[in-house]
Amino acid sequence: MKFNREEDEEDDDGDGRGLEAWERTYADERSWESLQEDESGLLRPIDNKTLYHAQYRRRLRTTASARIQKGLIRYLYIVIDLSRAAGESDYKPSRMVVVARQVEAFIREFFDQNPLSQIGLVSLKDGVATCLTDLGGSPESHIKALMGKLTSSGDASLQNGLDLVQSLLNQIPSYGHREVLILYSALSTCDPGDVMETIQKCKASKIRCSVIGLSAELYICKYLCQETGGSYYVALDEFHLKELIFDHAPPPPAIAEFAVANLIKMGFPQRAAEGVISICSCHKEAKVGGGYTCPRCKARVCELPTECQICGLTLVSSPHLARSYHHLFPITAFDDVSPSVPNNPRNLPKWCFGCQLSLLNPGNMPAPCVSCPKCKQFFCLDCDIYIHESLHNCPGCESFRHSKPTGTVEG
Amino acid sequence: MTPVSSKLYADDVSLLMVLIDTNPFFWNSVQSTLPFSKFLTHVLAFLNSILLLNQLNQVVVIATGHNSCSYIFDSSDSQSQNQRAEHLLHKLEEFVDNDQELCSEESVDGPGFSLLSGSLSMALCYIQRVFRSGPLHPHPRILCLHGSPDGPGQYVAIMNSIFSAQRSQVPIDSCVIGAQHSAFLQQASYITGGVYLKPQMLDGLFQYLSTVFATDLHSRCFLQLPKPAGVDFRASCFCHKNTIDMGYICSVCLSIFCKHQKKCSTCGSVFGQAQTQDSSTPDRKRKTPVDG
Repeated sequence: MKFNREEDEEDDDGDGRGLEAWERTYADERSWESLQEDESGLLRPIDNKTLYHAQYRRRLRTTASARIQKGLIRYLYIVIDLSRAAGESDYKPSRMVVVARQVEAFIREFFDQNPLSQIGLVSLKDGVATCLTDLGGSPESHIKALMGKLTSSGDASLQNGLDLVQSLLNQIPSYGHREVLILYSALSTCDPGDVMETIQKCKASKIRCSVIGLSAELYICKYLCQETGGSYYVALDEFHLKELIFDHAPPPPAIAEFAVANLIKMGFPQRAAEGVISICSCHKEAKVGGGYTCPRCKARVCELPTECQICGLTLVSSPHLARSYHHLFPITAFDDVSPSVPNNPRNLPKWCFGCQLSLLNPGNMPAPCVSCPKCKQFFCLDCDIYIHESLHNCPGCESFRHSKPTGTVEG
Repeated sequence: MTPVSSKLYADDVSLLMVLIDTNPFFWNSVQSTLPFSKFLTHVLAFLNSILLLNQLNQVVVIATGHNSCSYIFDSSDSQSQNQRAEHLLHKLEEFVDNDQELCSEESVDGPGFSLLSGSLSMALCYIQRVFRSGPLHPHPRILCLHGSPDGPGQYVAIMNSIFSAQRSQVPIDSCVIGAQHSAFLQQASYITGGVYLKPQMLDGLFQYLSTVFATDLHSRCFLQLPKPAGVDFRASCFCHKNTIDMGYICSVCLSIFCKHQKKCSTCGSVFGQAQTQDSSTPDRKRKTPVDG
C-alpha cells in the first residue's frame, strides 16, 4: 500500500495522466454539473428525457414534414482525409481512427436506408487522391478496404479529391443523384491548380458536395458547399461528429433538375431451390443451394441487391424497394399535450397506446405525452421518438380500420 | 437468413408477444375445421406452458381484430396472477364485442383481412419499452397466430414493422391457420430470422406450438426447426398486378411497371427529360406490390 501511495504522489506532480481510473471519472465528467435547481430550490438531476425529446422535436421540425421529393437513388463518394492532420490525437485515439469507426457505422446505416444506392471511398494522402473502392452496393467490401489502410501522412489536396470524384461520377446514369461527403481534418489544401475552376466543374456536373470539418472552419470548404448546394459543419466532439455524419444517411431533398426521371430496368430473382449445385458468378466457384437466379441470363448470384456480372441487370428484391417507401409516405409529427391543460379528468390519458406505460405520475399528476393528430391516441415520449425515427407507422392509425392509415390516397 | 443470436444477458428468459387473429369473418369460414373456442384451448395451454418453462418468462397477448387492435393480457401484471385464463378470456370477450360495434359495414366479401400492422406496431412499441428497462431484460420475440388473408393496403406498414423488428433483432414467428399461405408473414419470418409454419393437422395445434414455437432464442440453435420452403420476393407491377420477375422502376417514386411507359402514373414524372416542376405527393392507392 505504501508503494502505491508513493507512486500517487509522484504522479500528482504530472499532468494528471497518471490518475487512477476512479479519479479520472471526476476529472472528465463533473457529475456535480449535471444538477439543477427546481422551483423550490431543491437540487434535481437534469431531466434527460425531456431534453432529449425536445432535441428530437426540433430536429423533426427542421426536416419539414411536408412531402418533399427525395433523391432515392444516390451515388455517394466518401472522401476521407488521411493527411498528417488526421493523426492528431485530440479525438481519442486519433482522428482517423474515430473517423473510420464512424464511417463504418454510417455505411451500414446508409445501405439500410438506401438499399438501391451505391457508395465509393476515396482517400487524400500525400497530396494525392486515391480511390479505395469503386461504387458498389455491398457494405462489407467497403468496410474491409477502409479498415485495411489507416495510416496518415503528407498533405490533403481538396482539388485532387474533387477532380477524381468528378471524373468517376460522370460515368453514372443520369437518374442517379451525385453526392460527395468530405471528412476534412486538415487546415489547408495543397492544390496543383485552380481549385475554384474545379469547384465550378463540380457545380456544372450537378454534384452535391458536403463537408464535415474536424478542426476549424475553412473558407474554401464553405464556398464549395455553398456553390454546390451541400452542407458544411464542423464537429465539436465524437458524439457531434456521429450526429453530423448520420444526418447524411436519410435521402436529401432532391433538386429536380439534377436528376432526370427515368425507368430503370430491374430484375426480381427467385431464390434457388435448396440442394441445387451451380457455379456462382461472383465468386467463380461451385456452390450448393441458396443464392438467386438472374431472370434474364439465369446466372447465380449470392446476395441482393447486386448487378448481374454476366448481363448487367440490376437485381433487387421487393423488400429493398419497400425500405424506401417510408421516405415517400412519412407520418405526421405528433402534437405535444400540455399537462396543465386538461380540465376534465375524464380526458386524462391513462396509458400510452403503444407500450401501455402509465401516463400518470404518482399522485395522479399527468406526465408529459403526445398525441397523434389523425387518430387522437396518446403516446409516451419514448414511443414518439421510436415511432418517428425507426418504426414509421403510427400504431393508433394502423389499429383502427376507418381512420386514414398512411399509404392510401390522402385528401 | 441466419437465426437470431441471443444477446449477452439473461440467456433463456423470454418475452413472448402473441398476436391472436380474432377476425370473426375468418373464424366463421373455418368453423368446421377449427372452431375459435377449440383454438383458444390450444393457445391457453400453450401460454401456460411458456410461463412454466421459466419463472421469469413473460407473455403479452394482443388481439388483432377486424376493426381494431388491443392489449388483452400481460403476465407481469400483478392483478392477473391467480386467474390468468379467466382474466384473458374476459378481456377477449370485451374486445370482440367492442370490435363488432366498430364494424360499420353491413356485410363483408369473404373473410376480409384483420389489422396485423396495428398489432405488430403495438408489440414493437412494448418491446422497445422492455429494452429501455435496463441491461437485464428478457429476450423478446413475436408470435403471430394468423389466419386472415393479407390485406394489400397494409403492405407498407407491415414492411416498416418488419424492418424495425430486424433492426432491433426481434424475430417474428408465424403460425398460419388459414387455408392459404401468407406472403407477408413468410417475408416477415425470413427477414427477421423467425420461424414460419402452416400446420397441416389443426387438431394437434398445441403440439405444433409447443414443439416449434416454445423454445427460447438461445436454445433454437440446437434444434432443427422448419426451414422456409421458398419465399417469393418477386414484385407485382402497379399497372396489371401481375407478378413479374423483370420490370421497370421509376427512379423518382420507385413504382414498378411491366412495360416501358412515357410517364409515371403515380408521381407524374415524365421520363427521359429533366423535370420542370416540383413533383406533387405520390398520389395513389397502394395495392400490393407483392404476390399475395
